Amino acid sequence: MNKKLLSAPYLLWAVSFIIIPLIMIFYYGLTDKSGGFTFSNILEISTSINVKALLLSLLLSLISTLICLLLAYPLAMILNNLNVNQNSFVVLIFILPMWMNFLLRTLAWQTLLEKTGVINNALAFFHLPSLNIINTPYAIVLGMVYNFLPFMVLPIYNILIKIDPNVINAARDLGANGLQTFCKVILPLSWPGVISGITMVFVPSLTTFVISDLLGGSKILLIGNVIEQKFTQANNWNVGSGLSLVLMIFILVSMAILSKYDKDGEGLI
Amino acid sequence: MMKKFFCKFYLAMIFILLYAPIVTLIVLSFNASKTRAKWGGFTLKWYSSLFQNEAIMDALYNTITIALISALIATFVGTAASIGIASMSRHFKTIFMSITNIPMLNADIVTGISLMLLFIAFGVKFGFATILLAHITFNIPYVILSVMPKLRQIDSNIYDAALDLGASPIYAFFKVIIPDILPGILSGFLLSFTMSLDDFIITHFTKGSGIDTLSTKIYAEVRKGIKPEMYALSTLLFVSVLILLIAVNKAPKQRKEN
Repeated sequence: MNKKLLSAPYLLWAVSFIIIPLIMIFYYGLTDKSGGFTFSNILEISTSINVKALLLSLLLSLISTLICLLLAYPLAMILNNLNVNQNSFVVLIFILPMWMNFLLRTLAWQTLLEKTGVINNALAFFHLPSLNIINTPYAIVLGMVYNFLPFMVLPIYNILIKIDPNVINAARDLGANGLQTFCKVILPLSWPGVISGITMVFVPSLTTFVISDLLGGSKILLIGNVIEQKFTQANNWNVGSGLSLVLMIFILVSMAILSKYDKDGEGLI
Repeated sequence: MMKKFFCKFYLAMIFILLYAPIVTLIVLSFNASKTRAKWGGFTLKWYSSLFQNEAIMDALYNTITIALISALIATFVGTAASIGIASMSRHFKTIFMSITNIPMLNADIVTGISLMLLFIAFGVKFGFATILLAHITFNIPYVILSVMPKLRQIDSNIYDAALDLGASPIYAFFKVIIPDILPGILSGFLLSFTMSLDDFIITHFTKGSGIDTLSTKIYAEVRKGIKPEMYALSTLLFVSVLILLIAVNKAPKQRKEN
């Protein structure tokens, strides 16, 4: 029995539902309504409304990626030091919220953040100034951090548990202090996890249209909203595909960076 | 001492961040007032009216059937593919893994749009089948990425030993390789099921009109206000999964004690 043949159904599937659909986006993105070749769909990105949306998306997704990283790294280290023998338990804590619908969870933040919402009532109780971030970009960043934090924690945690404690002990024996051990040993060893975490948070944040829809009111347009509207409201597939191609440039760059660090195809999770 | 306290405090804060919305939704499911802005007293009426709400029940049925079928098919195709990929030369392995990474890394919106364009181009009628095809497509990579690491850990000598001792390749395959990678297969299945259940964006682009999953139904209701039955349903789903997971986590320990 040739084992390689077992991957034939997947190959067929991947060509039909991954490769060909991507070619379709290129086709629509590079042609006009009558089917002639054009760059105008891609150049649509340079109209002022689209540039604004793209820049805002880039800004918000960079901020949320940074916040996720700053929150997740210490968290992964703490979880690693807990020495829970069941890794699955840690993973579970982060997967479990996904069993409550993603849209409902994000909507729940509306209830929490509203002017007379739970958080503001609590703040008023302690005589603290109220927090008015609903329908602002801040709420969108919060939504992104909340939704994508697990995708930063899990890759970092998974790589930290694989670090041999003897390596760290050796560094300490050789006279490195805590900070030096972290900078010279732990951080470099966990770098692949950090990189995959960054991609896993940056790409969905950059391209979301749901979080901005639910937490940003309907006033704030991200590039994801622009593309979504091109397909569902304007029915302009060519321009929508053209703008998607622009997004794909950012995604491809992240993929290229990731594959540099993911040499053995260990995967992301 | 101080450090330990700080660690606990930090964990607690993150835990609150992750679970605050879930607690909010559970509380809202018992709220007698129809709007989520104010508390109108405790009630269980949404739980009973939930089962009479045909639209929600239909969406639930679609969501669960699609999650189950797509996770099952993805698990079969993905596991077979992983075994095949593991036996390939480095060059082909890299090509296959790069293809597998595309749906994982690509934005959901791009994946959704690309599949929508494919279905339009080939004249496939939008509905249950298109959602299912899309879900299988984004689920297979999760299975492959769960099974591959397990396959790498396998000592190939054990398989060879089984062959030396007279096992047929197929017998050895089912008795040696499959039990070794079973945890990976199971976690791949569970992950696929969860991802399919929680997906909105790809479903949004591949569903067409006339069919709804829970996600797309909720999205449609956002502007008019979410029906409180939806909160009741998600609470029920969440609590049943929680109980199931606690039971599963307890079970292996008892077996060991016996």
